[in-house]
Amino acid sequence: MAHIPDGVLSAPVLATGVAVTLAGCAIGLRALDHEKIPRTAMLSSVFFVASLVHFPVGPSSVHLILNGLVGVALGWTAFPAIVVALLLQAVLFGFGGLVVLGVNAMNMAVPALLCYALFAAIGRRDSRKLSILAAALAGGLGVILTALMVAGSLALSGKEFDAAARLTLFAHLPVMAIESAFTAAAVSLLLRVKPEFLGMPEPQEASYA
Amino acid sequence: MTRPEQTSSTIAHADDECDAPRQTPPLLRMIDPRVRLLVCMAFALATVSLSHLPGLLAALGLAIGAALAARLEPGATFRRMASLDGFMFFVLALLPFTTPGSPLFAIWGFEASHEGLTRAIEILLKSNAVVLMILALLGTMEQVELGHAMAGLRAPEKFVHLFLFTVRYIEVLGREYRRLRTSMRARGFTMRCNWHTWRSVGFLFGMLMIRSIERSERIVAAMRCRGFQGRLPSLADVQTVRGADRAFALVSFAACIALFTLEHA
Repeated sequence: MAHIPDGVLSAPVLATGVAVTLAGCAIGLRALDHEKIPRTAMLSSVFFVASLVHFPVGPSSVHLILNGLVGVALGWTAFPAIVVALLLQAVLFGFGGLVVLGVNAMNMAVPALLCYALFAAIGRRDSRKLSILAAALAGGLGVILTALMVAGSLALSGKEFDAAARLTLFAHLPVMAIESAFTAAAVSLLLRVKPEFLGMPEPQEASYA
Repeated sequence: MTRPEQTSSTIAHADDECDAPRQTPPLLRMIDPRVRLLVCMAFALATVSLSHLPGLLAALGLAIGAALAARLEPGATFRRMASLDGFMFFVLALLPFTTPGSPLFAIWGFEASHEGLTRAIEILLKSNAVVLMILALLGTMEQVELGHAMAGLRAPEKFVHLFLFTVRYIEVLGREYRRLRTSMRARGFTMRCNWHTWRSVGFLFGMLMIRSIERSERIVAAMRCRGFQGRLPSLADVQTVRGADRAFALVSFAACIALFTLEHA
């Protein structure tokens, strides 16, 4: 997962991250009424648990980011869901840091939102194939956009990080392939069993009023 | 304060759980969680603002002191510090070669600069000081307590609810995940680097999501049945800040300010 630790980034980048994350959380929380909290929390935990799964790649292993899937499932609420998961990872495992939490959340949640938009644009209720294709694209896009944003945060923090920024992009290519296949599979199952959850083409929440 | 059953990191490493109660709890763990959260944030901010070696060493010293006072288990803590993402390790390893400055040594014709090495060491000290302080001050409290601390510090109520529910469900989902993995293993599945693995684990998580959505629907129904109106009653009872908490806060903030002035004086 793309956790940048504290102490790497420059102050303007950190401040931008905090501002974007606060704004995203504000919008996300407004959309979140208390009946949806359990469902959002479930997905936040899926996000957390999935980041602990290691996939073997050659002699090493990678783990997924899963922001594409979370974005597709949650939309704007992905912001607070991702912040909660990152906060727990920092506290439990020491991943990332505190001051940098805003940037880390931004780097995962902004791509999640774009994946949501992409899935809403391409996915169709009447075409399973198209929806699965959209999911595969969203899975890959989430990773590559996150890698781009991590690379951008590094590059904007100092010229000396340029090489590392480029390396970040390459390091995420295998993750992108895996996550693309992963997200397509997960969404194809969701489409078959619980299509209303993906709210296609328009969000249709089960209302109990 | 009522707590749900143990909600810690059993999914990941049940073995390196560092807060099994053995003797009397150390003083640091008795400090009010709100105070600990604020102190941790102040410390992180002060540390990140540092850029000279003496200040950074002092910050790391403070963090080590806190870790000792919190009686963190050395082995588990060390492993966590070392897990500083493999990728970040590369970022740091590249720094000496990409920062211009006076040459120090060369590998395969690439010159490492003195400035770059210093920069990498600074970052290493900073990130480890902050992580150690997080583990000492926040990692030692129940995550539920952390949620209540955030509520006490006026974090948005819905955010706190989301946090508290997530803490609970990580445990539930982790268990479900292990059960599904066991049944896959029973059918001869092993993780490899191929399409089949990625798809199968994708299906696993799809299944996990479906089950969790259905579970959350049952939870919502149960909560509605009990008249849940969007507030948790336990968030309303606020603990008073005791003298010991005040003293701890005073000393810690003084230390943070000292760190800051040491650097910028």
